[in-house]
Amino acid sequence: MKLVTGDRAIRFIATIFASVILALIVLIVYELLKGSVPSIHKFGLKFLVTSTWDPVSEHFGALPFVFGTIVSSVIALVIALPVSIGIAVFLSELAPRPVRPAVSLMVELLAAIPSIIYGLWGLFVMVPFLQMYVEPALGRYFGFLPLFSGAPIGVGMLAGGIILSIMIIPTIAAVSRDIFNTVPMLYKEAGFALGMTRWEVIEKIVFPHARSGLIGAVMLGFGRALGETMAVTMVIGNAPTIAASLFAPSYTIASVLANEFTEATTKLYLSSLIELALILFVISMLFNAVARLLVIRERTAK
Amino acid sequence: MAKKLVIEHLNAWFGAVQAIRDITIDIEENGVTAVIGPSGCGKTTFVRCLNRIHEVVDNAMVSGRVMLDGVDIYSKTSDPVLVRRRIGMVFQKPNPFPTMSIFENVAAGVKLNGVRRKDRIADTVERSLKSAALWEEVKDKLHKPATTLSGGQQQRLCIARTIAIEPEVVLMDEPASALDPISTARIEELIQQIKERYTIVIVTHNMQQAARVSDYTGFFLLGELIEFDRTSDIFTNPRDKRTEDYITGRFG
Ligand SMILES: Nc1ncnc2c1ncn2[C@@H]1O[C@H](COP(=O)(O)OP(=O)(O)O)[C@@H](O)[C@H]1O
Ligand SMILES: [Mg+2]
Repeated sequence: MKLVTGDRAIRFIATIFASVILALIVLIVYELLKGSVPSIHKFGLKFLVTSTWDPVSEHFGALPFVFGTIVSSVIALVIALPVSIGIAVFLSELAPRPVRPAVSLMVELLAAIPSIIYGLWGLFVMVPFLQMYVEPALGRYFGFLPLFSGAPIGVGMLAGGIILSIMIIPTIAAVSRDIFNTVPMLYKEAGFALGMTRWEVIEKIVFPHARSGLIGAVMLGFGRALGETMAVTMVIGNAPTIAASLFAPSYTIASVLANEFTEATTKLYLSSLIELALILFVISMLFNAVARLLVIRERTAK
Repeated sequence: MAKKLVIEHLNAWFGAVQAIRDITIDIEENGVTAVIGPSGCGKTTFVRCLNRIHEVVDNAMVSGRVMLDGVDIYSKTSDPVLVRRRIGMVFQKPNPFPTMSIFENVAAGVKLNGVRRKDRIADTVERSLKSAALWEEVKDKLHKPATTLSGGQQQRLCIARTIAIEPEVVLMDEPASALDPISTARIEELIQQIKERYTIVIVTHNMQQAARVSDYTGFFLLGELIEFDRTSDIFTNPRDKRTEDYITGRFG
């Protein structure tokens, strides 16, 4: 019958598209692995735990980049999470109905700004501001902590973390807002009827209801921060160092790939960069897997 | 008998749609007042105006006065949060908090009132569950999620949650409409047991239920209060033709 053949065709086409995704992932992993072979051969596991990055003598270690990537993303998350949740709560629970669409749109527009523009703004506006006001003040009052020690040079881990946080706020805020909006009115009203204030309804009913979804929102934001390249490259200082101070320059995997691929003339140099890419891929995958596990655990616990 | 609630010229809107018109009615203390009428006539909206929960809906508006012990709950100085602690509500659809255990559901409102001592909270939870005729069924699984209960049990849990904060008035919006006959009978029995301590306003579209549980009955039609009287009078001797038509099942 005609209908049946139509169904078959659709199923066939859809299956092909779905397989393309799978094939793409497999191919990417294969290419990354193949490209990394010389570097893996030469450095083995030491690649992961050494800090030298010396293209001249061809000694390569990934540790500063892994450190820079993860720490800058964590800083971004620490800053972005409370701000995003605040925005989402405002948009879904507090803002007067008529202003919600406009503010929502603005938040979403933030996500549409090209990252090079964030980078330029970061370099010419934020970094001087950090250098002149924020970092000296932090140094004066909290300088006894290693976190805020050293010279205020503006570019560095702090600048990288902040610019990343600004870039992931729209994502986390928009997803969180959607999650809060799915909390049924039925339960919020039950809270109001018990004499809960607006804030108590948010804290005791909306947040617990949204918890597993929020893990997903955080996962999306963190994933974006891990891989973000352009803006962070412009403000993080691009020095493969591991320092306790947030004022010190750092380097992320995505940044070093963007900066050095064109210069990588020797086979081992190129291969080391590809292995870095493989590591970034694995970090993202691991993080995603853990987050998904958390979401599933949360769902089944209910 | 004293008048617990005095409602004067109460109107309520959803945006431009007026749901109830110029309702004036007195609710007797420690009595059960039933609100009956066909679907969409404004019964739910009416009771939701009595604890100021109507206004949490977008674009919702209210005018008129609702005096609780002589003080208008809609006056500028009255706080809706405090009003709702004195006037509790059980909703049509059982809505225990799905993220909380049975115990936590009943304790939720108690903690809001500043009770911190664990033993006192536990006492109140037990007492409320006993009042709601649910204690025997749940005492061994108090820390299981509330969603593991049956619909009828969930509704009794909601009643327990409401009376745990010792409101003076309990509003019930068709509390048994989603339940099977046995659960319905238990809820009706429960109303009889707790009515000495609370003033109860119950919405129902089930006239037998109104006749069984209530002392007074108000009949609503198209947003207006058509007739209000002792339940026995409404059912044996209605003054308005429309009331008579409704209770004899001619429409609705
Ligand atoms: N959330 C809402 N938004 C707009 N109109 C509503 C809403 N809820 C109820 N209404 C309208 O208000 C009127 C009264 O509804 P309701 O009080 O729920 O009646 P009942 O409980 O007697 O069935 C109906 O005409 C209904 O369509
Ligand atoms: Mg109703």
